[in-house]
Amino acid sequence: MYQSSTSPRGQSPISIIGAGVAGAWHALLLAQSGRAVTLHERSDATMTQSTSYWAGGMLAPWCEAESTEPVIVRLGLRSLTLWRDYFPDTPFNGSLVVAHARDRADFERFARLTSGYRRLDAQGVSEIEPSLDGRFREGLFYPDEGHVEPRKILGELHARIRALGGSIEFNSAVEPDQLDGTVIDCRGLAARQAQGELRGVKGELILIESDEVELSRPVRLVHPRFPLYIIPRGGGRFMLGATSLETESAGVSVRSALELLGAAYAVHPAFAEARILEFGSGLRPAFPDNLPRIAIKNGKIAVNGLYRHGFLLAPALAELTLGYVERGTIDNEVMQCA
Amino acid sequence: MPLTFYGKTFASRLLIGTALYPSPTIMQSAIRASAAEIVTVSLRREAAGGKTGDAFWNLIRELDVTVLPNTAGCRSVREAVTTAKLARELFGTSWIKLEVIADNDTLQPDVVGLVEAASILIKDGFEVFPYCTEDLSVAMRLVDAGCKVVMPWAAPIGSARGIINPDALKLLRDRLPDVSLVVDAGLGAPSHAARALELGYDAVLLNTAIARAADPVAMAKAFRAGVEAGRTAFEAGLMEARDFASPSTPVVGTPFWHAVS
Repeated sequence: MYQSSTSPRGQSPISIIGAGVAGAWHALLLAQSGRAVTLHERSDATMTQSTSYWAGGMLAPWCEAESTEPVIVRLGLRSLTLWRDYFPDTPFNGSLVVAHARDRADFERFARLTSGYRRLDAQGVSEIEPSLDGRFREGLFYPDEGHVEPRKILGELHARIRALGGSIEFNSAVEPDQLDGTVIDCRGLAARQAQGELRGVKGELILIESDEVELSRPVRLVHPRFPLYIIPRGGGRFMLGATSLETESAGVSVRSALELLGAAYAVHPAFAEARILEFGSGLRPAFPDNLPRIAIKNGKIAVNGLYRHGFLLAPALAELTLGYVERGTIDNEVMQCA
Repeated sequence: MPLTFYGKTFASRLLIGTALYPSPTIMQSAIRASAAEIVTVSLRREAAGGKTGDAFWNLIRELDVTVLPNTAGCRSVREAVTTAKLARELFGTSWIKLEVIADNDTLQPDVVGLVEAASILIKDGFEVFPYCTEDLSVAMRLVDAGCKVVMPWAAPIGSARGIINPDALKLLRDRLPDVSLVVDAGLGAPSHAARALELGYDAVLLNTAIARAADPVAMAKAFRAGVEAGRTAFEAGLMEARDFASPSTPVVGTPFWHAVS
């Protein structure tokens, strides 16, 4: 376990903008290392305006390899360790990938592009997820993956930051130039004026509640047009996600709702009787290469472009930023110095 | 003879889609590697206009290619016509790849609705690229309606099965010598694309096989090579298949029984 530093080093205070998962992890690690940290957040403590609020919260670097580059896997693996160290209660029950028989080609493609899984037959799927008994002929089980519940863990991160002496100022919309000293800009898409290459990629999610289906881990349905993940949130609640649309409009379209709910129904017909609790959408901040960046210029550090991987990448990126702030360490793959 | 669509000529005979890539950067690199001069853009999901989708649209604009908007996902004539009109406003082009889908599951084209929508759009000044099946009667109706380009599928969208009915595609080519014919959808490998060009098709259009490859940029190069090989072979004149071996060295007069020992 990490111990709180007992000897504040009297260095300049650090301001962090954005209390979503990226900003919160930065504040946590910097406060942990003895820095005086102030976290500015434009929305209120409910964080409903934050992209993190609508995240899936999967910690799935092996699955993500299907559509990302090796740097995501590298950072993701490091993040898993940090999540385990700082939040030992984080569930690491693995994740399960399934497909309908007719989409076998896509299932095999997923298997070919990823690693770190065990192949399960129908019985194997049924053994780890009894609710899915008889529904799928095979599955891919990634035993070392985990997931967090974003809304809950954001609150825990904020509490931890405060416990370490950091302060969080909600309803505080500030620009990096308005602040003195070291500033870490973790605003996501709200930093677009400063980072012109950023674009928003809309993700839509639906929260449902069912007392008929039980899942112990995130389940991904591979499908050529309607990929889906179902993340158990406890208490019979499930998060269904997520679309990925090149648009910055808000809200959930009827088409997306039909697709997500239809895909969930195809995973288990009992979802037809589930209650819909919430529809929501977030805009994932992405650079054209969909890879994260830590841009350093005149004492201002901008951490952005976490795209679909906010919860997977935030701890590792915060650690890299910390290394730069403390020791000037540069990570050539992620950092850009002006 | 260069490729011509509605009076515009192109050097590349490969048209590619802009969906499903791991990132816009990879999409840009793949399109450049393919040497494609025409890209299809789905109106409904990528460029809804105004502020939304602007960033993605700018990344496509940077490529300096001709944009062929499509009506992907439209289920009815009215929906397709409305979408086409929106596309014309947004993209500033009268070109439209016309899709009317009969069945959401297989994405089978609704050929009856397609002919109707094509007629409406052509009267309204559009230059229509209809996505259809390989059926000759449908293709003829589209041409009668004023289409100068017809785009039959090789196989269902995204199936990667290649040309499943080469005889029908050959018949289309023979019967519609003056129409630009493009094989659209169902191609999975560069050899499939080469085969389409060998059959005398003017071009191919694809998306998934490149975008979802482990290395989309390398696959784009491979398709470029496949298309060039197929076209060059077609122009060179392919030999006819025969039922029996036909030795390239004359054997007349060779006392063949001496070879048997």
